[in-house]
Amino acid sequence: MSTTTETTTGPEGPRVVDRAQYGLAAFLAVVGVVVVVDATGLRPGFADQPVQPSFLPYVVGTALVVLAVTLAVATARGNVAEPEGGEDVDLTEPSDWFTVAKLAGVFLANVLLVDTLGWAITGALLFAGCAWALGSRTLLKDVAIGAALSLITWYGFYVGLGLPIPAGILDGVL
Amino acid sequence: MDLFLDGLMNALTPENLLYAVIGVLLGTAVGVLPGIGPAMTLALLFPITYTVPVDSALIMFAGIYYGGMYGGSTTSILLNTPGESSSVVTAIEGNQMAKRGRAAQALATAAIGSFVAGTIATALLVLFAPKVSSAVVQLGAPSYFAILLLALVAVSAVLGSSKMRGFIALFLGLAIALVGTSTGQARLTFGSPLLADGIDVVVVAVAIFAIGEALWVAAHLRRRPLQVIPVGRPWMDRKDWGRSWKPWLRGTAFGFPFGALPAGGAEVPTFLSYITERRLTKHPEEFGKGAIEGVAGPEAANNASAAGTMVPLLAIGLPTTATAAIMLNAIQSYGIQPGPQLFDNEPALVWTLLASLFVANTLLLVLNLPLAPIWAKLLRVPRPYLYAGILFFASLGAYSVSFEPFDLALLLVLGFLGVAMRRFGLPVLPLIVGVILGPSLENQLTQALALSGGDVSTLWSEPVAKVVYAVLVLALVAMAVAAVRGRAARRGASSVEKEEVSA
Repeated sequence: MSTTTETTTGPEGPRVVDRAQYGLAAFLAVVGVVVVVDATGLRPGFADQPVQPSFLPYVVGTALVVLAVTLAVATARGNVAEPEGGEDVDLTEPSDWFTVAKLAGVFLANVLLVDTLGWAITGALLFAGCAWALGSRTLLKDVAIGAALSLITWYGFYVGLGLPIPAGILDGVL
Repeated sequence: MDLFLDGLMNALTPENLLYAVIGVLLGTAVGVLPGIGPAMTLALLFPITYTVPVDSALIMFAGIYYGGMYGGSTTSILLNTPGESSSVVTAIEGNQMAKRGRAAQALATAAIGSFVAGTIATALLVLFAPKVSSAVVQLGAPSYFAILLLALVAVSAVLGSSKMRGFIALFLGLAIALVGTSTGQARLTFGSPLLADGIDVVVVAVAIFAIGEALWVAAHLRRRPLQVIPVGRPWMDRKDWGRSWKPWLRGTAFGFPFGALPAGGAEVPTFLSYITERRLTKHPEEFGKGAIEGVAGPEAANNASAAGTMVPLLAIGLPTTATAAIMLNAIQSYGIQPGPQLFDNEPALVWTLLASLFVANTLLLVLNLPLAPIWAKLLRVPRPYLYAGILFFASLGAYSVSFEPFDLALLLVLGFLGVAMRRFGLPVLPLIVGVILGPSLENQLTQALALSGGDVSTLWSEPVAKVVYAVLVLALVAMAVAAVRGRAARRGASSVEKEEVSA
């Protein structure tokens, strides 16, 4: 799945510092501290529990903090991450985070609306919205495909798997 | 043998045959499609495990696994950018062959080689898995704990090029595995009852594979579409057969053992196979310009390693690839624990699964030779639809776990973690394996110490555990030495340069 390698800039080139990696290091440190702090709040286990519930969290949290420090030091020394490539990935262009934000917005709308509107509607909107964010400009067709997909999956789950997905406002219609 | 024939009969019932066909077709399709691989597909198809019987689901999953391995080769031959890391090597010669008008032969040697390798390797699997299983069944919790530790270290440190990044991914995975109340107390739930049952592995896998990939691609979508080389029906002449059969067999010999190793995977054996074929070939001038041996060997290695992966998965309960990790989780969701007891407790299931691997392999050959032109067309799917579809099915997969919008929100958050992992080159496999094996690690440790009454020395009381710890220590020492040497070499180089500058 991942074809990643990393390169350490040699002494000959100008030293590049991947500043964003400090952000990753900070994230790891925060996660590590949260894990350890959470573990200190645990009560001692039962007498038949030879491994305390807090044991593994202490190990994992400490390791994350150590790794955060290691990463920060390596970053300062010029360790640069090599982003993952792929068939549809063009790393020569700058990252387009605006598209990602649009996708996240569409996704979030689905999270907020799925309970009230139901999957059959929000699923269609999710597909059409994502296609639009990714550059498709045939809105009617996209909504039609989305609606077909969400209805097929709704009935597929209901009939094929016996899993009724909550219908939302379409309760009784579907 | 009787067990195997019973399994074969069960695998050939119309219903199970149908699941095998669906699995093989779906697997090849997702292997061909960019941005989506077998591991992601299994994660997305998880809902079927709620109602479909376990043998049918596993038959389908096995078909997807084998099909995905094969489909990846079509992409790397017809497009010059390999999707799965296991088909990087195939792309070198395969794409050159396609550019010189020999796409049909490249696809043919890949398909037939995959069949030959898959069949031999599955036979080896049938021979070895029960033996490994009956050896492992003697092991106690201490040895099992040691093997788990070794597997986690191997997956993080041996695969991929950066050990630090492997361990970062592993410990993030272990941290995710801590969430929940499995030890009787709420850990990392932040008081939320929604997190009390822990974070479902399906949600994690779908988020990291599907959402992370789709968002990452969205940020870097290629503006100019890649050129797809058109192809007709794959075929080979006598000369191609003559040049292919030995690389197939050698590729199988590389692929199977590496697949069966805790840190094997498909990358190393495909690469070894390529180097070997380049060295042994009678046509060295063709290498780099489309030598058929360079496609035949790695493709065989690739499929043989997929079969090899099933040995530790079934016999020990250890996943060594992301796809195997999801399969393990699927088997567990039926309340069945893969591992040494599996062959005794569920013989019908195991032998049906093993027999279905032969069936899947044969189906792949029969279906894929005529269908190749259609697979090539799949490469032209409009990208907005492809990635919108991935996001759609990812949402459905996570939502169907418990119909909680909360899971969808979690999916988005972990999806951003997946994007960050791709941006920072963190490997995905250690994280997924950490999430899945984290609870087992804690269980085995608890079990071992409970039996010994809390005496820690029990952990190295068994011979197997001793050997495993010795291997682990040796590996860690070797890594440390290599790291120090690498640093010293670099420092030496930079001091030489400084002298040159000052002189």
